[in-house]
Amino acid sequence: MAERIKPAEKFKRERTPMKEQAPLERIKNFKEVPLGYTLEDAIAEAQRCLQCNPAACIAGCPADVRIPQFIDKVIDEDIEGAFLEIKKTNALPAVCGRVCPQEDQCEGACVMEKKGKPIAIGRLERFVADKARELNLKDAEPTRNANTANKKIAIVGAGPAGLACAADLVKLGYDVTIFEALHKAGGVLIYGIPEFRLPKSIVGYEVEKIREMGVKIYTDYVIGYVKKVDDLVEEYDAVFLANGAGAPSFFGIPGENLKGVYSASEYLTRSNLMRAFDFPKYDTPITKGKKVAVVGGGNVAMDAVRTAKRLGADDAIIVYRRSRTEMPARAEEIEHAEAEGIQFELLTNPVKVIGDENGNVKALECVKMELGEPDESGRRRPKEIPGSNFTLDVDVVIIAIGQNANPIVARSATGVETNKWGYFVADEETGKTTHPKVWAGGDIVTGAATVILAVGAGKKAAKSIHETLSS
Amino acid sequence: MAKILKKEQWSESIFSMLIEANEVAKAAQPGQFIILITQESGERIPLTIADASPEEGWVQIVFQVVGKSTYELSLMNEGDNLYSFVGPLGIPSELEKFDGKVIMVGGGIGIAPIHPIAKKLKEMGNHVVSIIGAKTSDLLIMKDKMEKASTELIIATDDGSEGTKGFVNQVLENYLEKEKNVSQSWIIGPPIMMKFTVQSALKYGVKTFVSLNPIMVDGTGMCGACRVTVGGKTKFACVDGPEFDGALVDFDELMSRQRQYVEEEKEAYHMCLNERRA
Ligand SMILES: Cc1cc2nc3c(=O)[nH]c(=O)nc-3n(C[C@H](O)[C@H](O)[C@H](O)COP(=O)(O)OP(=O)(O)OC[C@H]3O[C@@H](n4cnc5c(N)ncnc54)[C@H](O)[C@@H]3O)c2cc1C
Ligand code: FES
Repeated sequence: MAERIKPAEKFKRERTPMKEQAPLERIKNFKEVPLGYTLEDAIAEAQRCLQCNPAACIAGCPADVRIPQFIDKVIDEDIEGAFLEIKKTNALPAVCGRVCPQEDQCEGACVMEKKGKPIAIGRLERFVADKARELNLKDAEPTRNANTANKKIAIVGAGPAGLACAADLVKLGYDVTIFEALHKAGGVLIYGIPEFRLPKSIVGYEVEKIREMGVKIYTDYVIGYVKKVDDLVEEYDAVFLANGAGAPSFFGIPGENLKGVYSASEYLTRSNLMRAFDFPKYDTPITKGKKVAVVGGGNVAMDAVRTAKRLGADDAIIVYRRSRTEMPARAEEIEHAEAEGIQFELLTNPVKVIGDENGNVKALECVKMELGEPDESGRRRPKEIPGSNFTLDVDVVIIAIGQNANPIVARSATGVETNKWGYFVADEETGKTTHPKVWAGGDIVTGAATVILAVGAGKKAAKSIHETLSS
Repeated sequence: MAKILKKEQWSESIFSMLIEANEVAKAAQPGQFIILITQESGERIPLTIADASPEEGWVQIVFQVVGKSTYELSLMNEGDNLYSFVGPLGIPSELEKFDGKVIMVGGGIGIAPIHPIAKKLKEMGNHVVSIIGAKTSDLLIMKDKMEKASTELIIATDDGSEGTKGFVNQVLENYLEKEKNVSQSWIIGPPIMMKFTVQSALKYGVKTFVSLNPIMVDGTGMCGACRVTVGGKTKFACVDGPEFDGALVDFDELMSRQRQYVEEEKEAYHMCLNERRA
């Protein structure tokens, strides 16, 4: 058991780094890039925690993870204790430990952040969850409660919002059923985020644990077709809509329907969910471009471009209309991409995809941009520089300019109001919609956001559903 | 998981299966499709629903072996479980009692998706004229079912081995030459057949609906693999269709896009056949 160190020592010690696969190595495989902490790393990092009370980090976590408490148990090598502490409030620790933007959440709120070296909370969460999986640790038993057990809850969508809501409700004893359109549960975690950032076996494991707690998950079940939300409202005591924002956007520029033009959603779904990177062992094909342009500057674009590199592209290029400072992707993702040799065509926008005589992509015509006055988002608005057109010779173009609401669920939900973009209107604190039996949360309310905000929305809805049904 | 209840081989390469899928069968309407996966490593295969029985809880699919995935599906037997089976997907056909006759043209494997639409239209009291065709008599499927689902049934084969010799579009033109009281038509088959048959119908001013089968992944509007151009606009066939006004469809683009993975598909099919032989 390791000792508690003195505050002065805590301030002196640096953040414990996490080992990574070397860039030139990792672009040849789909294995995870960061390799995780060893027990020694984890203890050294845990010892730095100031154990603040009240803890700013907890306030920064939408899943209310009891951060100082679990970190303290790591110092004692009490993995089970640490794991149960996290699991009290977060059903997806191995996922969140990997993909949360901790710099904006818990680590952003950490007192040590002011010294520029916040506690590596994400890495510690990942460490505990991974160790617990290795040790096959059990979750706490859900409560058996006669008052809640006969109440049925339907959840639409098995992404992080739906899963988090289900886990909290089943813990309270409710009879919970999730309806998921795809053949696997996990939402973006399973179809969008690449294997090298979030191994699918880990998502599968955390989903399985939620199933073991008693949540029924029906895959291959599309709400809006097999059943309407209206039917669920009849058959269940409460309904939580968590169907995400998965519909892809396109530019509408000429040549966008040529062979070799993908939405990022399609490209990533083929590679992640359908495992096209392992073709022909897996049956789903993907066009492995030699020169691939990915249009967009967000996390999805970074995932797509790094996937293209791993699928064998010699040149994998980000085409983004503003400059690097405006890129919405996490700094860490951009750095990873740069280290892997991704090229950046900044202040550049596509105007046309050019095809060959067989209808395959052969080039992307672009125009140079310059930044003008700030727009509503506060970022400087890009403007075309007339006459600056040029072409990039590429054989695959991936459009990663955002996702929209898919109307299938909403049009089967009478009395549940949507806004002009098709997102459900829901109370930020409770997830309540305009229908008294229906709650909503995650990307289908906020538009594309983050895993942890979806988890937070699922938890708030669970709390509000419980309050409503038990009053 | 969905169980194969019944399997029939209708020709060298055409198979029919009844799949146990209670809720899909209950919800299925004419014009809709399903997506299935044979095994964990398989791809998502979209197939139009050929028939469904809500009472008995099955959905009928009809497919032709064209590559690895359909080949592997054809090797599965009664009692086997499909890894995944999801549906019904897509917008159902808009059906009503029309004043004039309705014409159903089914080419090859396209006869299967024509069937539930014809059946329903007839139930609604329409005068249903079906023209079904195939390369040769052996490949002509669902004759009995189409007979029942139609008021008049006209058969055509390219080689004249059964019914009229010739392509279905020619047979349609001959029919429209004599019959003027036609309200609408459905034309389903290979894209090239739909393209020419739509042109034939339009010559006589008959409105057409076609059912498109582009490459799909999710089938629920989340990827855009199924993009088709209809009336100059991009549509997602899986959620905006699969049925569209035939006059507006860019069939050449559809045919080109369907060929995106021919090389990969060949590679996979050959590897699979070699493995089976070894
Ligand atoms: C490529 C990519 C990378 C990302 N990387 C990160 C990251 O690193 N960190 C981060 O925090 N966030 C990331 N995000 C964002 C994050 O994944 C989402 O904000 C989050 O997953 C939203 O969760 P959700 O539960 O609301 O929706 P989703 O995860 O989208 O889940 C919705 C589920 O509902 C299902 N569904 C949809 N329609 C129906 C229907 N009709 N019937 C039944 N089920 C239906 C869907 O199939 C899906 O499984 C990324 C997103 C993408 C696309
Ligand atoms: S198949 Fe993915 S959107 Fe149609």
